Amino acid sequence: MKKLLNFVKSLEPKKGSLGHTLYDGLFTFLFAPNEVTADGGVHIKDRIDLKRTMVIVVLALQFCYLIGMYNIGQQHFVALGMYESFFEGFHLKLAFGLTKILPLFIWTHLVGLGIEFYFAWKKGHAIEEGFLVSGALIPLIMPPDLPIWILCLAVAFAVFLGKEAFGGTGMNIWNVALLARAFVFFAYPTTISGDQVWVAGFDQIMPGAVTDYGWWQTSFCNTIFEWFGWAQFDPGATIVDGFTGATPLALAYEGGWSAVTDVYSSAQMLWGSIPGSVGETSKPLIIAGAAILLITKIGSWRIMLSGLVGAALMSMIFNAWGATEFMTVPWYNQLLMGSFWFAIVFMATDPVTASATNFGKVIYGIMIGMIGMIIRVINPAYPEGWMLAILFLNTFAPLIDHYTVLGNIQKRLKRA
Amino acid sequence: MKVVSSFVQLFTKMLSALSIVVLSSQMALAQTGKDGNVVTIGVILILGALVLGAVAVVGNSMVQVLSVKVGNHTNGEVVDEDLLASKNHVLKKGLNIKLKGESSSEIKKFHSSRYAVMPFNFNNIAPIPKMIVEVGQEVKAGQPLFYDKGHPNVNFVAPVSGELVEVKRGPKRSIAQVVILADKDVEFKALNSPNIDEVDRAELREFLKANGGWPLFKQRPFNILPGVDEEPRDIFISGFDTAPLAGDMAMKINGRFEAIQEGINVLNKLTDGKVYMSLDGREGAAIPAELDHMHGVDIHYFDGPHPAGLVGIQIHHIKPINAGDVVWTIGIQELITLGNMFLKNEYRAERVFNIAGLATEKGGYYQSYSGADLKEILGEELSDKSKRIIAGNVLHGLAKNEDNAFLDFYKDQVTCIDEGDDYEMFGWLLPQTMRPSASRTYPNFLFKDFKYQVDTNTHGEKRAFVVTGQYESVLPVDTYPQYLFKSIITRHVENMEGLGIYELVEEDVALCEFVCTSKQPLQKILREGLDFMMKEV
Repeated sequence: MKKLLNFVKSLEPKKGSLGHTLYDGLFTFLFAPNEVTADGGVHIKDRIDLKRTMVIVVLALQFCYLIGMYNIGQQHFVALGMYESFFEGFHLKLAFGLTKILPLFIWTHLVGLGIEFYFAWKKGHAIEEGFLVSGALIPLIMPPDLPIWILCLAVAFAVFLGKEAFGGTGMNIWNVALLARAFVFFAYPTTISGDQVWVAGFDQIMPGAVTDYGWWQTSFCNTIFEWFGWAQFDPGATIVDGFTGATPLALAYEGGWSAVTDVYSSAQMLWGSIPGSVGETSKPLIIAGAAILLITKIGSWRIMLSGLVGAALMSMIFNAWGATEFMTVPWYNQLLMGSFWFAIVFMATDPVTASATNFGKVIYGIMIGMIGMIIRVINPAYPEGWMLAILFLNTFAPLIDHYTVLGNIQKRLKRA
Repeated sequence: MKVVSSFVQLFTKMLSALSIVVLSSQMALAQTGKDGNVVTIGVILILGALVLGAVAVVGNSMVQVLSVKVGNHTNGEVVDEDLLASKNHVLKKGLNIKLKGESSSEIKKFHSSRYAVMPFNFNNIAPIPKMIVEVGQEVKAGQPLFYDKGHPNVNFVAPVSGELVEVKRGPKRSIAQVVILADKDVEFKALNSPNIDEVDRAELREFLKANGGWPLFKQRPFNILPGVDEEPRDIFISGFDTAPLAGDMAMKINGRFEAIQEGINVLNKLTDGKVYMSLDGREGAAIPAELDHMHGVDIHYFDGPHPAGLVGIQIHHIKPINAGDVVWTIGIQELITLGNMFLKNEYRAERVFNIAGLATEKGGYYQSYSGADLKEILGEELSDKSKRIIAGNVLHGLAKNEDNAFLDFYKDQVTCIDEGDDYEMFGWLLPQTMRPSASRTYPNFLFKDFKYQVDTNTHGEKRAFVVTGQYESVLPVDTYPQYLFKSIITRHVENMEGLGIYELVEEDVALCEFVCTSKQPLQKILREGLDFMMKEV
């Protein structure tokens, strides 16, 4: 190990160059630093740092990556009317998912980390770990077929204006990953809403449309699968009759709960075998990720629980109201659809943009739950609301905290 | 509980308001028939406004709700007096850091050849105090050595008798150490103490100032040498120590209870308020019976993890410091010195301290005098660069080396740990050593009784504040620490005051600094804030 350390150290570039910033980032990744505590403070420190905190979140997201990868393939083949059960064409589904998710992941990190490194170099700072989590989140909240150039623009926008402009990790007001999604949502709405975008691998979702395979599927994967004698991608396959690619929410918006159950079963929606953004669909696996965050106490249980309460409450109120078909969808079924779980577990709990006080977190969670549900049900343009609700509450989190802190200050004044 | 119930009330109010809106809109819908677009939009607008307003409403009500808890008659609610008057305090927040290397339970007598008084041990005195005696002069124990211009008539006295051999200078000609070459048998100066039952306060104060009794006290806010004109609202004593590797207080004060009682009598003369002593209320705590039966003192029991034993935390739970309040604190061994000034008519600066930690072989209890030379116990260990010797505990204390090896004035513990200037490959991801951590990303929380070996490695680099709720979980004080630190950094006087900077000193927030994921130097930040407030207010 000593040898490796010395070898790595011998590579150190000149201080102040971009190379040194890169080297520094890599070095702290490889080796925990040899810094010791300063005199006049504590002499020992807790063995936790930001890197570990962030990596636990990334680990918790891996479940979503796995199922997301599989589900891209699953939805693709459901559209073709092939391999509809779980294990049929398993390798094809995974391979197809991988070819879709890898570019998203790689380009997000190339652009995001690139900007982070550049700013770290310009400011003479060490590279902070914030983008580890943002970078892992962004591919999961995008449609699988999002054009890469739009993704890059969105990531650049979010990291540059959403984060670095405010001073970097820990200083941003809005959740970086959601900001990237919001950018796509408002700048290129057709790529992220409607029925056309949630199933990958087609130019257009309509019965009879032909698959849009690239070199990866037809040449690379098929050659390998041929070797093993497995089933291969079929470039001539077409979408079966009756397939629309509509998400449960879109269906519910049009025709209430019965319109949803005509197409999808509850089990399908629970396990996530439905069209949607890459990582949002499978509830049990998101909850498994949530369990990791809760056991390690990295995610705030206050936000998750109060978010759940808020969403359930609001949909109950809608049930009572019942003015539209969508409002009559039972509240427990509302929670089965859409990206509520992913949003409340991974997005709302971002400690930088959420409320910082324990009491504020409860208010913040409830408000996200309620507002998100309002947007989902009432907004005529697009039936989902968590992104906007969380960004909205991100904006208000400092205000909530301000009043909570003011309460403490007033209390102290009254005591005197 | 009141906060919760008020919050529930508030919430039901909000809900009922909401449901009224919903119901009326439904009625409106029913009247207009199917084409209810205008009505629906109207309802949406109302709902939106309601939700928007709710943040502010809830926030505003919070101010009310939270202030109910304080104890004033707000909104006609009367606060449970019994609860406030309770003398048993159970603290939930905090963290016990269990370390290997506890001191063996045997007291050795230790009389070093040199002792020192160090002006920097006393907060808020000038770095260059005025010397009263010169190098080469003989002094007796209790004889004045120097005084500070900002505190006229307050003398700092010799802990032992002997020859003043050196006035050692630090940076910018400040006086770092006033060193005495000690006699084998300590000779005490006769103090002519007044009779404590008859003396009036002014006379007593002058006596304490002249004879070294004044610096035994510390004043809060700011943890400074008491101002010469200040009178304390109350005086607080902590009778136990919960810090990592802290010695057994019962052993340290054993057999000196008479002096403690006399000291308490003196304290009662110094304040119009009360004298409070906090004792160990944890399960299985062995409190000396004599301590339990002291007269003239209000005894409180504290149960809970560190920092339950810190006097600052105890003050917060007994009778908190408000803006404008001045209280004094005194350590229990300093209290014994104070008592002996009247009981034995001598300034006896006896201190029992314990040396602990895995990095030393000299662990144990030592009976000596204030300012003892640790070099004569620890020897080579002091100059060993791979070890850190701390006067104090691992959370709060000064590092010692061979040039600066005297025990600090208010300290009764020495901790020796390894330096941690090593790299650890993937140390943050796959640690190869067991280290204490409050984080549940390590399996530590499953092994509550495991004792750790520690070093001084920071286990990470300094980052911006990211994680929230971490400081609150180890600080049993009703405040928002992260906001307090941010207001210190931005020098926001109002918030610093409002969030209780007067109630805290460095040792109180040491645990926050330990658990901090972002490795922020919180004790340093707090000291800057306190110094700033001292100048401004």
